[in-house]
Amino acid sequence: MKTIRKLHWLDWLVLALLAGFFGYIWWKIDGSLNYNWRWHLIPDFILRYHTGREEWFANLLLQGLITTIRISIYASILALVLGTVLGIARCSANLTVRMLARTYLEVLRNIPPVVVIFIFFFFLSQQLIEALNIESWARGIARSDNPGIWEFFFGDMRRFPSLVSGVIVLALFESAFVGEIIRAGIQSIEKGQREGARSIGMSRYQEMRYIVLPQALTRVLPPLANQFITLIKDSAIISLISVQELTFKTVELVASTRMIFEAWITTAAFYFVICFGLSMLFRRLERRRRT
Amino acid sequence: MTGKLPIISFDHVDKFYGDFHALKDITLTVREGERMVVCGPSGSGKSTLIRCINGLEFHDSGVLTVDGIEVHENSRQISRLRQEVGMVFQQFNLFPHLTVLENLTIGPIKVRGVPRAEAEATARKYLERVHIPEQADKYPRALSGGQQQRVAIARSLCMESRIMLFDEPTSALDPEMIGEVLDVMVELAGTGMTMVVVTHEMGFARKVADTMVFMDAGEIVETAPPETFFTAPKSKRCRAFLDQILEH
Repeated sequence: MKTIRKLHWLDWLVLALLAGFFGYIWWKIDGSLNYNWRWHLIPDFILRYHTGREEWFANLLLQGLITTIRISIYASILALVLGTVLGIARCSANLTVRMLARTYLEVLRNIPPVVVIFIFFFFLSQQLIEALNIESWARGIARSDNPGIWEFFFGDMRRFPSLVSGVIVLALFESAFVGEIIRAGIQSIEKGQREGARSIGMSRYQEMRYIVLPQALTRVLPPLANQFITLIKDSAIISLISVQELTFKTVELVASTRMIFEAWITTAAFYFVICFGLSMLFRRLERRRRT
Repeated sequence: MTGKLPIISFDHVDKFYGDFHALKDITLTVREGERMVVCGPSGSGKSTLIRCINGLEFHDSGVLTVDGIEVHENSRQISRLRQEVGMVFQQFNLFPHLTVLENLTIGPIKVRGVPRAEAEATARKYLERVHIPEQADKYPRALSGGQQQRVAIARSLCMESRIMLFDEPTSALDPEMIGEVLDVMVELAGTGMTMVVVTHEMGFARKVADTMVFMDAGEIVETAPPETFFTAPKSKRCRAFLDQILEH
C-alpha cells in the first residue's frame, strides 16, 4: 500500500473539527476557571541569575531534570547488568536457577510498580543504605574540601543516599523487563552457533560470553532502547520515595507557587523532548546500522 | 591401515530420542589416519553417529572412546576432547559477528590460550591452505557458500585437531561450489588427518576413503573398503541405496 503524503479536503475538515473542539474546551476552562496565567515566571524556575553572586544557577526544574537524567543513566546501566544476568539465568540448564529467575520476573510483572517501589524502598534500599553506612560516607564527602568531581556525577552529596535508593529501586524494577528482552535475544540465536562454539572446545561460559551474548545483544538493541525510554518515564514514580527528580521538584514548585498548569506543562515538555528526542536518535542509529 | 592404533571406538553403543532408537548397537573402530566415509538414507543415524564423537549428542549405553577419553555427558574432559576433534557442519555455523580471521583465532586464543600474534599467523597459514587468504578481514556474510565452508574447515584446522568430522559438508552448497570444498577435503586427506565424513558425494568417497560405512535405520549395515563396497555390496539395502544415488 502506498503511503499518502498529501492532505485531502476531508482531512482538513477533521483537523478543523478537532481544533474547534479543543478551542471550545479551552474557552470553557478559561471562562470558568478564572486562572491567572503566569508563564513569565517559569524561566526563572529553570535557570536563574543570582544577583548577589553574579552567576547563573539551576533552579528547581532544571535541578530536577538533571537528577532525572543522572538517575536514568545509572539505573539503565544497572538494569542492563541485572537484566543480562536474569536473561542468562532464564535460559540456564539448571532448574533452580531458572525457577528463581522466573519467580523474580513474575513477582515484579504482576505487582503495580508503585507498590513494588514502596516495598523495595522500605525493606531493601533503606536497610541496605544503613548497613553499608552510605549516609555518613556521603556526608563526609560533602563536607570535604574537594567534592567537585563527586558532585558532577552524583549531584549534592547530602542527597546521595536518596539517589542510590532511587537508582536501585528503578533498576530492580526495570531489570525484569530488560531480562525478558535479553532472554528473547539469547533464544533467537540459532542452535548451530552454540554447536559451532562447542565444537572448538568452548565452555558454556565462553560460548555465552563470546558467541551467543554479543549476537543476542545486537539483535535486541531496538527493544532495549525502547526500554531505556520507558525507564525515563517510569522514573517519575520514584518521586513518591522523595527522590528529588523532576516530578518531585514540580510538586514542590506547584505547592509553593500555585502555578499548577505552567509547571506541569513545562515538566511534561521536558519529558517529551528527552524521550521523543532519544526515540528519534535511536531510530536514526537503527536505520544506519541496517544499511 | 592395520598396525595403526584405534583412535575412535564405539563398543555396543545405543542412542535414543525418546522412543526413537537412533543408534542401534553400534560397534565401530576408526584408526589413526584412517579416512572413513559414512553414507545412508536420511534419518539413518549417520549425523547422530558423528555428533556423538565430539559430544554434541550423548549416547545412552555402550562405551565410546575417542583419543583415549571416554565420552559421556558428565565428562570433565569434554572440552579437551572437542579441541582434539574438529567438526565441519552442513550449515557452516560460522560466527557472523566476527571477521573471517577472528572466526579462526577465537578458538585458539580463548580456549587454548595461544597468544594473538601466533594465532593470527596460524590462521593465515590455514586460510592459504583453503585458498582464500584474501578474505581474512571480511565478514562471513560477504562470502559465497563454498568460501564460508572452507573458512569453517580452516577454523577447525586452527585448533590443530587430530580428528576431523564432516557432517554433510556439501549438502547446503550450490552445485558449482561443491567442487572447491571437496578439493580442499581431498588435500586434507593427503596430509594424513583422521577423517570421518558423512556425505553423499560418492566420487569423493571413491577417491579418498579407506573405509566405507553404510547405515540404515540406526544400524551399521555394511563396512567395507571402497573397492568391494562399490562393486560388490553384500546387503540388499546397500545395493538399493547405491543404485539410487549412483544413477544420477
